[in-house]
Amino acid sequence: MNAIEVKHLSKSYADFEVLRDISFTIGVGESIAIIGSNGAGKSTLLKCLTRITEPSQGSINVFGDPILKFRTGALRRMRSSIGVVFQKHNLVPRLSVLTNVIHGDIGRLHNVSKFPLAGIRNWGQISASNRTRKKAMEALEMVSLSHLALQRADTLSGGQSQRVAIARALMQEPNMILADEPVASLDPVAANDVMSLFYDLCKNKNITLIFTSHNVEHALEYGNKVLAIKNGRLSLFKDSNSIEIKTLQAEYD
Amino acid sequence: MTDSPIDIDKKSELNNLPRRYKKISITRYFIYLALIVMVIWSFQGSQFSFEGLLDSTQYFKRFLGEAFPSIGILGENEHSITWKDTFRYTRELIETFQMAFTGTLLGIIFGFILALLSSKGLLGNSRPMRLVQETVKALILLFRTVPDLVWAIIFVMLVGLGAFAGTLTIMVDTIGFCGRFFAEEMEDVDKSPADALESCGATKLDATFAAVVPAAMPGLITTSLFAFEKAIRGSVVLGLVGAGGIGMSLNALFNWMAYDRAMVIIGMIFALIFVVEQVSQYLRRKVTQNEEKRI
Ligand SMILES: Nc1ncnc2c1ncn2[C@@H]1O[C@H](COP(=O)(O)OP(=O)(O)OP(=O)(O)O)[C@@H](O)[C@H]1O
Ligand SMILES: [Mg+2]
Repeated sequence: MNAIEVKHLSKSYADFEVLRDISFTIGVGESIAIIGSNGAGKSTLLKCLTRITEPSQGSINVFGDPILKFRTGALRRMRSSIGVVFQKHNLVPRLSVLTNVIHGDIGRLHNVSKFPLAGIRNWGQISASNRTRKKAMEALEMVSLSHLALQRADTLSGGQSQRVAIARALMQEPNMILADEPVASLDPVAANDVMSLFYDLCKNKNITLIFTSHNVEHALEYGNKVLAIKNGRLSLFKDSNSIEIKTLQAEYD
Repeated sequence: MTDSPIDIDKKSELNNLPRRYKKISITRYFIYLALIVMVIWSFQGSQFSFEGLLDSTQYFKRFLGEAFPSIGILGENEHSITWKDTFRYTRELIETFQMAFTGTLLGIIFGFILALLSSKGLLGNSRPMRLVQETVKALILLFRTVPDLVWAIIFVMLVGLGAFAGTLTIMVDTIGFCGRFFAEEMEDVDKSPADALESCGATKLDATFAAVVPAAMPGLITTSLFAFEKAIRGSVVLGLVGAGGIGMSLNALFNWMAYDRAMVIIGMIFALIFVVEQVSQYLRRKVTQNEEKRI
């Protein structure tokens, strides 16, 4: 079974075609770097993989399941096992760091209970269980932010808020992580730290990692394979050992 | 040659400059014309006249004379107000406040629920859900369009004279007000945090309460305070149709042409509204300042 199978995927906004006929397959536990120039469609591709954006055409299988056929309940279960780090972090502005991380655990509550309001305990850190709060603090510890647990999310620096978004994704105990430029706003040292954190985590726990990056060296170092998008089309999908930096730079022309 | 980094003299392909003004179409000219005609036509229909205003001065003088009679400070006369009356008016003023407060509180609660149900795409996007959203929107519109005096008359009919009818009226009025503006505030907040929650397996309801409502909170609070100010002002008039509060006394005094006492009550109402608006304004400013500090 593959982690992801995408076939003939297209996505258009009105009459603007962002993605055109994209097909690829990703094995379980692999780490994939997606590169491409600004506006190429990287974020759109990632969002299609969990149907945050609905694809216009094509099929997507995640761990063997045809997710485009999923209805709400099944879609939610699938999503709860996939951690997503958004390019714009998407934290809830007026809530604490800790609460934002605990939100990553809402999906699990729904998976263990059929009660429609099952998620209510994790709406805020006040009502969350001790176990959940501890887990959230550990996730924050992993991104070295546990000292900011009660600070409001809209007062964080760009790099801090990015790391909170990463902690929220870790909180899901995901079997796949989709990260949209996860280190874009981190300083070089922190960027390498976070990328190796991702990489080691994924290798140790056999988590599939798909990340986008504008850093060609990161793409080669932390991606087993590199997938390039150019004008909405898949223009390269190759083992990173067999790619030279020059080839990648050509993708930006 | 200048050493400016932007060389505007460059004869480049700058024929794609965005147009400065939108062209005004013929239809738009007609719309403006229609607006002017409407202003004139409305003034005619409203019987607005400066003569009428000027002619009223003699009645106005008489009213002023009776409303502010020259009374001695000491001794009993026909104009003096007893402690008993003062206490009664105060009690009624307090009742007005209580009506407004209870009505606003209930209105905020129900208005919030209706706002959740009517906000586009908030709790769902399925066809039945959209039907619910449109229906609730229409219901809120109904609450808002029927004037509060009409609601008051209806509730007096249903539950009898007194403060309960007034409270219900204010509640319905507030549901209409908060239902609309709460929904707008929740529709206006950035939806990407809510999307992020849904992408980790949260339901629409989770995303609403954990991401949309917290982000909209300052707006919800200021709207609620506005609703209370509005209710305090509105609750005075409700007495005119018997729906409780100090308006009932005011109405009676006007009927007896006891303008001097009516003036006392109007003064008390003024003081109440003034205090409530000041406090509300202070709180609203606190809320917005608190937000500004964080950005
Ligand atoms: N909701 C939308 N409506 C219309 N157009 C959109 C929408 N979302 C994205 N686009 C367009 O789709 C194209 C691809 O956007 P996308 O965010 O996927 O690019 P990207 O490869 O992630 O770029 P970047 O490297 O700058 O993050 C862009 O031209 C963008 O303007
Ligand atoms: Mg992007």
